[in-house]
Amino acid sequence: MDNLGTIGTTEEQIELMDVATNFCRDKSPVDKVRALIDDDLGYDPGIWKEIGELGWLAIAIPEAHDGVGLSMAEVVPIAEQMGRNLMSTPFGSTTLAAQALLAGGSEAQQAAWLPKIAAGAAATLALREDNGDWDLSNIDATGSVSGDNVSLSGKKQLVLWADSAELIIASVKIDGAVRFALIERSTLPEGSLRRETVIDETARSYEVTLDGVTIPADALFDAGRTRETLEKIELAAGLIHAAEMTGGAQAVIDYTLEYLKTRKQFGKIIGSYQALKHPTVNNYVEYEKARTHLYSAAHSWGEQGRGEVAVRMAAAQSHSSYSTAADRAIQFHGGFGFTHDCDAQLHRRKAILSGALIGDAAYQRSKLANLLFD
Amino acid sequence: MADKPSAAELKDYAEQADAWFKENTVRDPGFMLPLTFMEVSTDEQFDFLRDWQRKVYEAGYLGASWPKEYGGGGLHSEFQRVATRAMKKYDAPIMLNAIGNGWAGPLILDLGTEEQKQKYIKPMLSAEDIWCQGFSEPENGSDLGNAQLKAVRDGDEYVLNGSKIWTSLGDRAKYMILLARTDFDAPNKYAGLSFFLNPMKIDGITTSRIKKLTGEYGFVQTFFTDARISADCLFGGEGNGWSMAMKTLEYERGAKVKPVGGFFVKELDVMEIVELAKNSVRNGKPLLDDPVMRDKMTQYMIDIQALNLNNTRRRMPQLMQDKPMGLPLMNKLARTELIRELTEFSLAFQGSKAGYYVGDENAVDDGYWHRSYLNSFSATIGGGTSEIQRNIVAEHALGLPKTR
Ligand SMILES: Cc1cc2nc3c(=O)[nH]c(=O)nc-3n(C[C@H](O)[C@H](O)[C@H](O)COP(=O)(O)OP(=O)(O)OC[C@H]3O[C@@H](n4cnc5c(N)ncnc54)[C@H](O)[C@@H]3O)c2cc1C
Repeated sequence: MDNLGTIGTTEEQIELMDVATNFCRDKSPVDKVRALIDDDLGYDPGIWKEIGELGWLAIAIPEAHDGVGLSMAEVVPIAEQMGRNLMSTPFGSTTLAAQALLAGGSEAQQAAWLPKIAAGAAATLALREDNGDWDLSNIDATGSVSGDNVSLSGKKQLVLWADSAELIIASVKIDGAVRFALIERSTLPEGSLRRETVIDETARSYEVTLDGVTIPADALFDAGRTRETLEKIELAAGLIHAAEMTGGAQAVIDYTLEYLKTRKQFGKIIGSYQALKHPTVNNYVEYEKARTHLYSAAHSWGEQGRGEVAVRMAAAQSHSSYSTAADRAIQFHGGFGFTHDCDAQLHRRKAILSGALIGDAAYQRSKLANLLFD
Repeated sequence: MADKPSAAELKDYAEQADAWFKENTVRDPGFMLPLTFMEVSTDEQFDFLRDWQRKVYEAGYLGASWPKEYGGGGLHSEFQRVATRAMKKYDAPIMLNAIGNGWAGPLILDLGTEEQKQKYIKPMLSAEDIWCQGFSEPENGSDLGNAQLKAVRDGDEYVLNGSKIWTSLGDRAKYMILLARTDFDAPNKYAGLSFFLNPMKIDGITTSRIKKLTGEYGFVQTFFTDARISADCLFGGEGNGWSMAMKTLEYERGAKVKPVGGFFVKELDVMEIVELAKNSVRNGKPLLDDPVMRDKMTQYMIDIQALNLNNTRRRMPQLMQDKPMGLPLMNKLARTELIRELTEFSLAFQGSKAGYYVGDENAVDDGYWHRSYLNSFSATIGGGTSEIQRNIVAEHALGLPKTR
């Protein structure tokens, strides 16, 4: 089948993998992750600054806009290690906003925003709405153009890290067509952001009310590029979440193995019971498949056709693998598994939010089926 | 090993191999070809496959990267990969001598004496000598370490008594890799075992055929009654049988490879399954319009693509830091279970026609899918069951304690 890709790595990926492995492990021990659950901001601004200084936000931004000039393939090892260590920051949303700008932004819009992002300014995307549909073009928020201004109305949901973001890129309909609007967060009226309670307590999410927000007409993306922008966003989000979920699956399996190797019942280490051992092996096998798909997706990134197949395979496999591994992790920790103190729940919750944001495994498969069979 | 070839050299070689297999591959000899080496049932099949293997060997596409001095081609292993790819492309038949070329051969190349290598390797590659494996016994299958077949030293000979079972190609083989007990007082069951390169066509060894679930033949029970073999047949030293068996299993289960070329088990072509699904009807519509079927089918595509790419990834140390033995050890488990599920799933496509079997003119694809499904258990049971494989992955890749 010729729309199936291969697997390979770049030197830069491998270097970043090493650095990210150490950085995320050292900066995001689980007690710190847990302490941040009760923090308003939800992340350590010092670490966010370091991430900016490491140049990680600049990786997939072209050199012409002060970026490093690599691609999403090189972002993958970083997102993977962040997911593995439950390190929440606006990294993912900022990276996606930059990708959106690259796909749909005008030269002037890119020149205005990409260098800022490369230097460490946070940004985010506002795409989801009350209908809960994963189809990004099924939206009701609108913009109406009058003269040089566009007034927006409607509500966007699940806008990650909106309170930290300098830039919010929102999808709205203008004259019935989807368009993207660049909104400087500082221009939002008082009370436009409502913090949402999301299942993943390590994330921060907001509902953004657009009513009363006005932007200049030149803060819209070109109408002609909406389609490719939507596609690019969907794939970039699929890839980055697949990376986080793959890292998360690795972590939750390792966490469970630790318990299976130490906890004793009936005088035996519970990991010697096949009722626990065999499903753990199954989860591990599924995780390795997810990691293979992840690096295949990174490798095929940007390739017409193959890229989308590979990303959706990675997204589907990582979501199902992460969900199952975390679900079984709760069970295999017994009574302790049911507590807030057990890390298994952190992962189970995170997998649910990721699926909610990009579309779960079944949704990814339905998109894949169209690519593979029709 | 020989130097890594240039891209141009490989390309030339690939063109030669393509041309050769295009010209020489017989896909339909007029009778049903076995899907795996474990189900060579009739003389017709055996003779055909033996000729085929010899022909491929003589053309240089089998054992291409094995040492020249023992009959191999002495080339870099990349050449062999290219040749095998050509075989797949032209849908070549399987290689008959799997136990010889796949596991006994690599073992002898790794640990055999010069004399053993001279004696055994070349006729193995040319299919002159077929090999079989005598590990399992009627009472000791998964518990291989408990093998009880007796080998008692008597001067320059060993006297063998006992029985082996499920011996694939056992009635056709000239040699058997044999696990037997030489010491009944050893401190533990493993320490009493020894490993032999055992001649089959001698007095005291008989076989009786066993009919498989498919209705075909392919394996036998082997009986040893005061069979006398030369002490030279001992391999790896007395008492080292367990370690030799484990080294054999590394090859058998795909944890280690010394690519000889060709394949021993016919791989499933996903596109064939997609075609089958497209041509099947459900509620008056193409089956692939059914959302549940689409979803399952897609998941299988994801699984197959992952396993195929795992084979590449396991050779990439940069992506294998975390649990380096994980992919090699899980290979057999994941692949064989997937094939079983997928072939079972293919029956669901056939609607009422799922009721037919090989031999009926109404059977879809002459019953190929049914036969494939029934045969798929050969790989989920043979070579260590999936349950045993899970224990192995758990213990050796994930570090969980042993199941006792
Ligand atoms: C087609 C085919 C070809 C074969 N060819 C050969 C050959 O050429 N040479 C040869 O030596 N052998 C051969 N075998 C034998 C094969 O290796 C054994 O059948 C296999 O190892 C299982 O042993 P058993 O049949 O005794 O089953 P058992 O060991 O009795 O297993 C019965 C069931 O119990 C389960 N079980 C057993 N122990 C455990 C455990 N510790 N934990 C969990 N579950 C367990 C098994 O998974 C299985 O489901 C072949 C088998 C097949 C099917």
